[in-house]
Amino acid sequence: MTVGVLALQGDFREHAQVLRTLGADVVLVRRPEELARVDGLVIPGGESSVMDKLARAFGLADPLRAAVRAGLPVYGTCAGLIMLADTVVDGIRGQESIGGLDISVRRNAFGSQTQSFETDLEVPVLGDAPVHAVFIRAPVVDTVGPKARALARLADGRCVAVEQGRLLGTSFHPEITGEHRFHEYFLGTVAAARFLG
Amino acid sequence: MTETTSIEQFGSSRVKRGLADMMKGGVIMDVVTAAQARIAEDAGAVAVMALERVPADIRSQGGVARMSDPDLIDSIIAEVSIPVMAKARIGHFVEAQVLQALGVDYIDESEVLSPADYVNHIDKWKFDVPFVCGATNLGEALRRINEGAAMIRSKGEAGTGDVSEATKHIRTINAEIKRLASLSKDELYVAAKDLQAPYELVVEIAATGKLPVVLFTAGGVATPADAAMMMQLGADGVFVGSGIFKSGNPEQRANAIVKAVTFFDDAKIVAEVSRGLGEAMVGINVSDLAAPHRLSERGW
Repeated sequence: MTVGVLALQGDFREHAQVLRTLGADVVLVRRPEELARVDGLVIPGGESSVMDKLARAFGLADPLRAAVRAGLPVYGTCAGLIMLADTVVDGIRGQESIGGLDISVRRNAFGSQTQSFETDLEVPVLGDAPVHAVFIRAPVVDTVGPKARALARLADGRCVAVEQGRLLGTSFHPEITGEHRFHEYFLGTVAAARFLG
Repeated sequence: MTETTSIEQFGSSRVKRGLADMMKGGVIMDVVTAAQARIAEDAGAVAVMALERVPADIRSQGGVARMSDPDLIDSIIAEVSIPVMAKARIGHFVEAQVLQALGVDYIDESEVLSPADYVNHIDKWKFDVPFVCGATNLGEALRRINEGAAMIRSKGEAGTGDVSEATKHIRTINAEIKRLASLSKDELYVAAKDLQAPYELVVEIAATGKLPVVLFTAGGVATPADAAMMMQLGADGVFVGSGIFKSGNPEQRANAIVKAVTFFDDAKIVAEVSRGLGEAMVGINVSDLAAPHRLSERGW
């Protein structure tokens, strides 16, 4: 099973490491021909405005949209979640997303870096043990549309993990905490998609 | 779905080092006005460094260089949505307290400003805001990490447009890491002594073969090829200080450097983005600088 990690900017090496640990063949994706080889794609944490700009400058944005429409499984963390959102509430001037998730997201929803935090989250779809989640200048899902489903919420009710078909998004970063269950869950989606075509 | 009631933990090492992880493969640009910050964000900067004078001007104008005016920092924070960094003088923990109170996302305890303490650096563990510090070699990097730095940048020689010191420092740090990884366990005690670094950190680096924090390169990067070379030498990303806004066409040069950092290993793309950028910053050869004017020798 070949899983791509979008490698335009951000913590793509951490994702690649987790995916390799779980037995996937990993391809770093910066060009359309690399995207064409993968059975699933992870969009890492980083700066969404930078990823958007580079994806468009190097002809990757439209192939990404087409791949999502064609049913490519994609998991986005933080900036990756923003890239997958149909609506970005407060992007920089001209910022676009790939879309696919029927949600609106708000960037830097908690404020400056001193408001970044770690906490335990209940994520029922991953079992009883809580997920230790790290939020770094993180986005939140402002509204969850009817096609998407919330997978986890903060104590105040704000949604921080969503799923819709083969798309998965989290505001936080399992790739830097040693938490592998989201990646395992995603690889399950990739395996099922390969089987079903 | 049950709601969680767990406690939120702020200012942890993981959260501080994590923000640097998210900046990897990116370019952090020095800006002195909100208008420049806007250009940097539009060009694809992963963060901006808010300061009153770029290093080239600090160098040419002389005098004591200090933390920027809070009004300037506020105006830059208001202008952009990417992380905003700001510089405090080495050892000036009150400037750092002020910057944290202003809500900057990262503090650079920087040799580009005039040191406020020639013995002690800031105790960075006391802050929720993360710090980046400069280093010319591995021992210096580990001393800063021991004081709580969450990110290291090799120093280079700021404000010169001469990349030779940046090259020397990133090569030195990486060579010293490789050497540690080759030593046997009983040799690490002396290695720690020679590096003047904490033994526990030395053992950790010998085992993992890398720094426990993100390593960017700074000081003298002026062209897309300079930036790509730093990435090929193993940097996680680059700081560009005077190199952008002291050049003929800052917007285009900023764009080009961002692309060169992402495609650092693709010479065709580096060639393409290097075309027609206009004049690079004029620059000074580091070898022409008298020793007292070498900023990289500040900090220890």
